[in-house]
Amino acid sequence: MKKTLTAIALAIGLATPAMADLMIPNLSYRTGPYAANGVPYADGFTDYFTLLNERDGGIGGEKVVVTECETAYNTEKGVECYEATKGQGALVYNPLSTGITYQLIPKVTADNIPLYTPGYGRTSAANGKVFANVFNYPANYWDGASIIIKDILNRNGGDISGKKIALVYHNSAYGKEPIRTLEELAKKHGFELTLLPVDHPGQEQKSQWLQIRRERPDYVIMYGWGVMNAVAIQEAVNIRYPMDQFYGIWWSGSENDVLPAGEGANGYRMISFHGTGSDYPVYQDLKKYVYDAGKAAGDGSNPGNVLYSRGMYAAMVIAEAIRTAQELAGHSNVTPAEVRDGFEALNLTEERLAELGLPGFSQPIQASCEDHGGPGTAMIFQWDAAAKKWNPASDWLASDSEIIDPLIAEDSAAFAAENGIAERCN
Amino acid sequence: MFYREAGDFKTSYVEDSQTFPLRLDRRAYYVLLAVAFGVVPLFINDYWANAVFVPFLIYAIAALGLNILTGYCGQVSLGTGGFMAVGAYSVYKLMTAFPDVSIVIHILLAGLITAGVGLLFGLPSLRIKGFYLAVATLAAQFFLVWLFNKVPWFYNYSASGQISAPERTVLGHAVTGPNTTAAAKYLICLTLLFALAWLARNLTRGAFGRKWMAIRDMDIAAEIIGVNPLTAKLSAFAVSSFYIGVAGALLFSVYLGAAEVGEAFGIQKSFLVLFMVIIGGLGSIFGSFAGAAFMVLLPVLLKNVLVGQLGWATDLAAHIELMIVGGLIVTFLIVEPHGLAQLWRLTKEKLRLWPFPH
Repeated sequence: MKKTLTAIALAIGLATPAMADLMIPNLSYRTGPYAANGVPYADGFTDYFTLLNERDGGIGGEKVVVTECETAYNTEKGVECYEATKGQGALVYNPLSTGITYQLIPKVTADNIPLYTPGYGRTSAANGKVFANVFNYPANYWDGASIIIKDILNRNGGDISGKKIALVYHNSAYGKEPIRTLEELAKKHGFELTLLPVDHPGQEQKSQWLQIRRERPDYVIMYGWGVMNAVAIQEAVNIRYPMDQFYGIWWSGSENDVLPAGEGANGYRMISFHGTGSDYPVYQDLKKYVYDAGKAAGDGSNPGNVLYSRGMYAAMVIAEAIRTAQELAGHSNVTPAEVRDGFEALNLTEERLAELGLPGFSQPIQASCEDHGGPGTAMIFQWDAAAKKWNPASDWLASDSEIIDPLIAEDSAAFAAENGIAERCN
Repeated sequence: MFYREAGDFKTSYVEDSQTFPLRLDRRAYYVLLAVAFGVVPLFINDYWANAVFVPFLIYAIAALGLNILTGYCGQVSLGTGGFMAVGAYSVYKLMTAFPDVSIVIHILLAGLITAGVGLLFGLPSLRIKGFYLAVATLAAQFFLVWLFNKVPWFYNYSASGQISAPERTVLGHAVTGPNTTAAAKYLICLTLLFALAWLARNLTRGAFGRKWMAIRDMDIAAEIIGVNPLTAKLSAFAVSSFYIGVAGALLFSVYLGAAEVGEAFGIQKSFLVLFMVIIGGLGSIFGSFAGAAFMVLLPVLLKNVLVGQLGWATDLAAHIELMIVGGLIVTFLIVEPHGLAQLWRLTKEKLRLWPFPH
């Protein structure tokens, strides 16, 4: 026992790196049932910061150190990673897990470190009046549900009363998020909603798809993650469900999910809050400074795919927020509290995106003290199985704020009351 | 040389039957207690509390609980995760329904509620044994997880089905919620573990423990000599579930702060605690501690060495870590099938003879 403790003490003592530079922990998962999706995201996240270091010498002259910590999508390991990296001066967290996000929200608030959860996490964190340290722009789960319904409306001439829509969801905090929004939307538009939960990890979905086969809903929406996505798409192919009536949220629409189903997945629709593919100018720099220099993260097979792009998007927003923080603070070696202010003052314009080599990659963001949720816009993409690529199938669509804003106000007010938080920004 | 009774005279039955009959052992125990209660809280920081000590202490409580059922009474259970979930959801409902009552009372009440649920799921043990009982408890595991996912009342109708622990204090110090200091977290877990381990030790060497062990060794013979299998088995289920419920309540409220039943209390948790008990040693209090330490600390240690010191890629390290832990479990069980506790016993025997073995 004593020996073990001494050994741990030794290990930890030697493990703590010097506090310098801009330290950004990457709570990733490259193992476990969600690894197929965790790997490309982590690669995109790391590669973008490698590019900044190699091309620009970091952000504002300060090198970025990305410390990776494996969570395996497990909340206990997530807590351990948070505590291990917190003491090393972590500037911002991006855990890519709604479960870990729920645990970190109170912790980061107490420690005053920003938490950036683009397109995941707690949706009502969009209300900056209550959630001072959490940012989830540019879009959240409820925006996603509303935009999918909007696309369905557009395809049906604005009338979907009496239609049947099924939600196939991961039976966890993440998958349950859109239920309330969809229920409200069902009331507003008069469609019928069926809920089909799938338990972790999601390899077993026969009964859910049997039910879909029996009831023949007009549309199926999926909130899945990891192995669940590929299984669901394969099952849909097996029962010959029409693919262009099958929608996935942004976490259920990557190459990993559709490729196993082969030709059958042709026409599957996915929603995303950023572009995909490697046609953006930034990839020329990435190739020159990162891939060809042998500094790419992972095995280098992911550049350009959807989740890699999303990891890069998160890294790009974080880098811009740190840059904003450096401008506000007037010095380059910023603290977590200053980075939080940077997130709140972030103004990501279309011109700036073009400068970064990502023109038209996403919608502009103008954050403020109240608004931590961003524009709430996204695009529909459709899978072309022959060409193996995602084609845009709509313009940027905005969510139905008439439905979502009151829901966010209600949920964040409940959180504020539970935790005794006074509203800010008055 | 060590562990000799020479000169250690006992003049009463009480002295003769104490837990640590050897003076050296007894002193080591008091020193350990003094360090654990008096020294560690002064130096502990967030990392040490959250990555090392708090999970170890909580899993030690769970392992003690399962050891009472499986190690002492011989009833195999795969429902530990489900019973921990009962503890966690009970404490959550109690905390939010009665915010003014002390959290310690809530944790103990959560244990009692779990004891009731355990009693209920222990009923089949009167008819079925061995593997069949394991399957029945497995059903409890899946049923309980399904229940907490399905019925929104348990998670106070929150949109995501997550439960999160509000701040509660003991003697003016926060022990749950984000503002808890490392020392407060550590001390509340340590105090409960100390009290429960003391209770377990004394239960298992008293009449109850003897009844449990009689049932474990041969239930028909036990029945003939007058042990009532109904009370013996059900009391083991109740006491074991009480411990596991307290562990679940602490895991949620003090350690994690927010939880989701499928993720935090799934079947893998049942296996984890069962491994702790088997590796530590069935039917041993020390074994519960050793097993919990092995399963909680070894992965953290390996991660720190492989990633922190050797600078390996995190995925490679995670895979190697699984292989090393798995390999060590197999090796340990081949070398010493009775677990770490037996290894410790043998070490003590050897130390008595050292440096002049026969």
